[in-house]
Amino acid sequence: MSATSSAFPLPASGRVPLTLRVFAALDRKAWIALAVFLALALVVVPVLHLTVPESSTFHVSAYAITLIGKIMCYALVAVAMDLIWGYGGILSLGHGLFFALGGYAFGMYLMRQIGRDGSYGADLPDFMVFLDWKELPWFWLGSDHFGWAALLALAVPAVVAFVFGYFAFRSRIKGVYFSIITQALTYAAMLLFFRNETGFGGNNGFTDFKRILGHGITSPEMRLVLFGLTALTLAATLVFAAWLVKSKFGRVLTAIRDAESRVMFIGYNPLWYKLTIWVISAVLCGIAGALYVPQVGIINPSEMSPANSIEIAIWVAVGGRGTLIGPVIGAFVVNLAKSWFTVSFPEYWLFFLGLLFIVVTLMLPQGLVGLWKKIIARKGAAA
Amino acid sequence: MNAATLTAPHNEGPDGSAALGHVVTGELDLSHGVALYLEDITVSFDGFKALNNLNLAIDAGELRCIIGPNGAGKTTMMDVITGKTRPDSGKAFFGQTIDLTRLTEPEIAHVGIGRKFQKPTIFEQHTAFENLELAMKTDKRVWKSLMAWLSGDDRDRIADTLKLIRLDGEADRPAGLLSHGQKQWLEIGMLLMQEPKLLLLDEPVAGMTDDETMRTAELFVSLAGKHSLVVVEHDMAFVEKLGGKVTVLHEGSVLAEGDLATVQNDQRVIEVYLGR
Repeated sequence: MSATSSAFPLPASGRVPLTLRVFAALDRKAWIALAVFLALALVVVPVLHLTVPESSTFHVSAYAITLIGKIMCYALVAVAMDLIWGYGGILSLGHGLFFALGGYAFGMYLMRQIGRDGSYGADLPDFMVFLDWKELPWFWLGSDHFGWAALLALAVPAVVAFVFGYFAFRSRIKGVYFSIITQALTYAAMLLFFRNETGFGGNNGFTDFKRILGHGITSPEMRLVLFGLTALTLAATLVFAAWLVKSKFGRVLTAIRDAESRVMFIGYNPLWYKLTIWVISAVLCGIAGALYVPQVGIINPSEMSPANSIEIAIWVAVGGRGTLIGPVIGAFVVNLAKSWFTVSFPEYWLFFLGLLFIVVTLMLPQGLVGLWKKIIARKGAAA
Repeated sequence: MNAATLTAPHNEGPDGSAALGHVVTGELDLSHGVALYLEDITVSFDGFKALNNLNLAIDAGELRCIIGPNGAGKTTMMDVITGKTRPDSGKAFFGQTIDLTRLTEPEIAHVGIGRKFQKPTIFEQHTAFENLELAMKTDKRVWKSLMAWLSGDDRDRIADTLKLIRLDGEADRPAGLLSHGQKQWLEIGMLLMQEPKLLLLDEPVAGMTDDETMRTAELFVSLAGKHSLVVVEHDMAFVEKLGGKVTVLHEGSVLAEGDLATVQNDQRVIEVYLGR
């Protein structure tokens, strides 16, 4: 409500256009940081990748681009998780499901784009030929259209989240019970997707993608396009999320987190507020999944494993719940550590992850962002 | 009492349904002078009858105090009125037409019943200003909240209420940092922002200083007439100051009713409550 910290002075009251309110959701520093981030992702990285020779130290490798692109997808999921957990107070341990559903939906399109270049040279995806299927199952209809697949990547997580969320929130399932049910949900989905008969490639999932919209998926240009799209989506999501949490909706949401019965007795129905943020969160995960699959080149049911969903919660906890930049930092720190560990000391990664979670829970309840704020405050007090 | 001023506020959205998509059973009708009417309400928990054929009628504009020993059913009665607990049997009407036993908590808030809890329940992370803003009577559906922006009138109303509850100097402080008494006042302020026709106040002066208690009593007396108030309280000095009719609850039913002096001299009341 207070416009004091926004980039533009807004009238405190009266009619203010929505565009201006969105602009005011971030302060000046945040807009500058966002602009720097986009300039790096959309200009500097492409130039360094395409024009600087590989021998130079300034060359950005394909490996680095894929890794950072992948982590930006994770960061998107972390922001989605923060909206529901940090602001809504609802810990989902099944967000990997929505991510995987978005990935599978877009993966169907990528499988169709392989065309006759698969191992069997058939019209059907390889795994269907292997299963001796003669035609596409009904739910694959239209999957050769980019637009339809993109729509599915949004709609499937949204519908699943809506149906599950409606019944869970209407029954007033809360806290650890809700978390456990979401774990069970993603686990059940994983078992379903493991079956060949389900029609999504069983335990191998989808891989060996060749093209998007007819262009080679592994070409440097396509890699940069996907990288840039991911960066843009992440930036747009941060702006959207900032607007959301600074709106009255955001204040009602945190009020539900802190004192749900009071919210009900002043006339808000928490069901619709929880359901709205739950579905938004799921859709953001679906988008992340759809961006992730073409960059990583594979999607399989292990993305739905309960451990994956728990890891999402760890990113958010490490970075700092209830701050929007925290989850992004958390996703980067944990995943960069993971790529380093799994190369250097693969057997110790899970120990490190467990230790990290314990340390953060016990000593840094506000995560890295909270630590940073504490340091700043201490410096300010000392000066 | 002028009935016209007490007809229902416009809780309904443009499509005629109340906020949240449910149809409320009717407009608030106080034309017969009764704001709240409970008849033969029984609530049992595992065989224990928290309320046992409770009958109670509160007039429009009345200030009623409810007293009674612990476990007499005072809080359960508030739970029934606000939709938190469904009675096993009996009727609960708000005005002539609104059947409270069929509405949810948010719907009951929308038809005009506000509730203050025994333990001050406010949004500790939000500022005092934001607490009042969230409570303010308005369309409380999701889409409206997404698009909401305070008007100048809204800000004035919040400022007026802040002044009334003597928190105008604390508007931007997180409510969690307020003193206990200030939290109690903030919750009362939130109730007022809802513009309810009936206020239920569960031990509103617990933890207040004597001075704060007396000021609260003055506030409540000034609210009576325009609003109906039901106050549950143990503090007899406060009850005396309020000066309204007193109902004594005991084991889930009404034991005695009348002005404080009459009730205090009632032999049964002395036995179960005041004598101890």
